[in-house]
Amino acid sequence: MKSFTYERANSPADAAAAAARHADAKFIAGGTNLLDLMKLEIETPAHLIDVNGLALDKIESMPDGGLKIGALVRNTDLAADKRVRRDYGVLSRALLAGASGQLRNMATTAGNLLQRTRCPYFYDTNQPCNKRRPGSGCAAIGGFNRQHAVVGASEACIATHPSDMAVAMRTLDAVVETVRPDGATRTIPIAEFHHLPGNTPHVETALSQGELITAVTLPKPIGGTHIYRKVRDRASYAFALVSVAAIVQRDGTGRVALGGVAHKPWRIESADAQLPRGAKAVAAQLFAGAKPTRQNAFKLSLAERTLGAVLTEAKG
Amino acid sequence: MQGPSDFELSRRKLLLGTAASVAFSAASAEARAQTPVVPAQAAVPGIATMKVSFNVNGAPREIALDMRTTLLDALREHLHLTGTKKGCDHGQCGACTVIAGGRRINSCMTLAVMHEGDSITTIEGLGTPENMHPMQAAFVKHDGFQCGYCTPGQICSAVAVLDEIKAGIPSHVTADLDAAPQLTNAELRERMSGNICRCGAYSNIAEAITEVAGRPT
Ligand SMILES: Cc1cc2nc3c(=O)[nH]c(=O)nc-3n(C[C@H](O)[C@H](O)[C@H](O)COP(=O)(O)OP(=O)(O)OC[C@H]3O[C@@H](n4cnc5c(N)ncnc54)[C@H](O)[C@@H]3O)c2cc1C
Ligand code: SF4
Ligand code: FES
Ligand code: FES
Repeated sequence: MKSFTYERANSPADAAAAAARHADAKFIAGGTNLLDLMKLEIETPAHLIDVNGLALDKIESMPDGGLKIGALVRNTDLAADKRVRRDYGVLSRALLAGASGQLRNMATTAGNLLQRTRCPYFYDTNQPCNKRRPGSGCAAIGGFNRQHAVVGASEACIATHPSDMAVAMRTLDAVVETVRPDGATRTIPIAEFHHLPGNTPHVETALSQGELITAVTLPKPIGGTHIYRKVRDRASYAFALVSVAAIVQRDGTGRVALGGVAHKPWRIESADAQLPRGAKAVAAQLFAGAKPTRQNAFKLSLAERTLGAVLTEAKG
Repeated sequence: MQGPSDFELSRRKLLLGTAASVAFSAASAEARAQTPVVPAQAAVPGIATMKVSFNVNGAPREIALDMRTTLLDALREHLHLTGTKKGCDHGQCGACTVIAGGRRINSCMTLAVMHEGDSITTIEGLGTPENMHPMQAAFVKHDGFQCGYCTPGQICSAVAVLDEIKAGIPSHVTADLDAAPQLTNAELRERMSGNICRCGAYSNIAEAITEVAGRPT
């Protein structure tokens, strides 16, 4: 691990000011992704700003009926919150399908959104990787790419976003709240938060350098049956090959997003409109323009069948 | 600052081949991922250190550490509490599980300096060979291990799992999110999935936990 300096911030303004002072600083929350990458010298921040003391660890009910989730709320606490279990079941389910009990106790809402890809070539510093070293090439294209993206990828990068939580948040139309080093605040809809790789796979989100996530808000509950189904190589403690987050209403309408297939949670509003027509119609919309590799083409049929199983389950 | 002990230095010598290879460039990637070698009393230029105070197994401890030291390395290399094990050092195995602030965490995935004022319980704090914690006794009784390497992490995790079920925290296999989670074998196995056992002692581990949870096995 490269050497760094370290400070504890006491308020969001404090953290933002610290970020303004240090151009190559990183915030550290649970540390479960950042430290992993620092040990391998894939991330090499010169300064760490510990945000665990920011008191952003509350989940508040909002006047409009929604929820405001502090950036530091641990994945365990978010999944276990009574309101989340009752009104946003897809989010509880997605969180509980991710990582392990120990990791969920550490992992935070903001850190989970910002976790980086698990592409094995991104992790192997001997390999070319445009995400890790822009311009060096992509070892996954033409390499071992069974886990990689089937849709929305580019010639530069075919990595997937590994978060389960973010897929559920995409169906819930969550909004990310931030503060920038100059103190300015803004909100970013989850649909615009994660980027597709394009020619700049190292630019992963809409955040600018030093921008701190303070909260994620959920609009008021929309009812319906909430399902998160994750398909993986082992039954627990593994990343998704494919996952489906769905909210299905009694009349068969609803919302659906996929995990494990793209560089961001994959939701296409025109696919939502096909839900009453069944899995095949939905998958056709979600995978319009899909470019799978020989090794991961199975994800297309796996996702369609998983969607089918979810829609059957939703009918009860 | 508390420098590395003789034990550590001799271990390092073994690891690095020669005492001269304390130069960082000579260290392997694996060695670099651990606490770097800081010769006793000598400040290494460019290496930032910091004091951290926390409570470990009921006793207040204060140590000055290279900022990069994980909680796991602080416990093992500086406080010499070697019960907690390092398996993968990347959050993937659970051998390093300790209980911090009442919650189980992977001590390899957190910096020691992030635990100022925290209370940490390791396997040594749960019980001793003469006075075992009920979970330790149950692991012995049910043969919940073979080589024993994963066992401290399994036991710390298991103790916390029973508290999590009591607190009503759901899991991936909890059928009804609105109901209190049950103490079934499926629940225990899912909740313990963050602790890998290379010897495959899983069935006996589940039996040991079930007994402590107060259900007939
Ligand atoms: C073995 C293993 C298995 C896993 N399995 C899964 C899985 O199945 N599904 C899944 O979804 N995830 C999984 N994870 C990933 C885990 O969910 C993430 O590591 C975790 O959510 C990251 O949160 P954190 O708080 O620890 O982030 P950190 O590591 O602290 O930070 C991650 C990034 O976010 C930035 N950051 C943190 N907080 C803020 C903030 N407030 N504002 C701006 N930037 C911030 C940091 O600078 C850093 O770049 C797994 C991880 C491991 C190690
Ligand atoms: S897929 Fe993306 S992350 Fe993986 S090697 Fe290619 S550029 Fe790097
Ligand atoms: S050593 Fe920490 S999880 Fe493996
Ligand atoms: S007892 Fe050997 S790894 Fe579990």
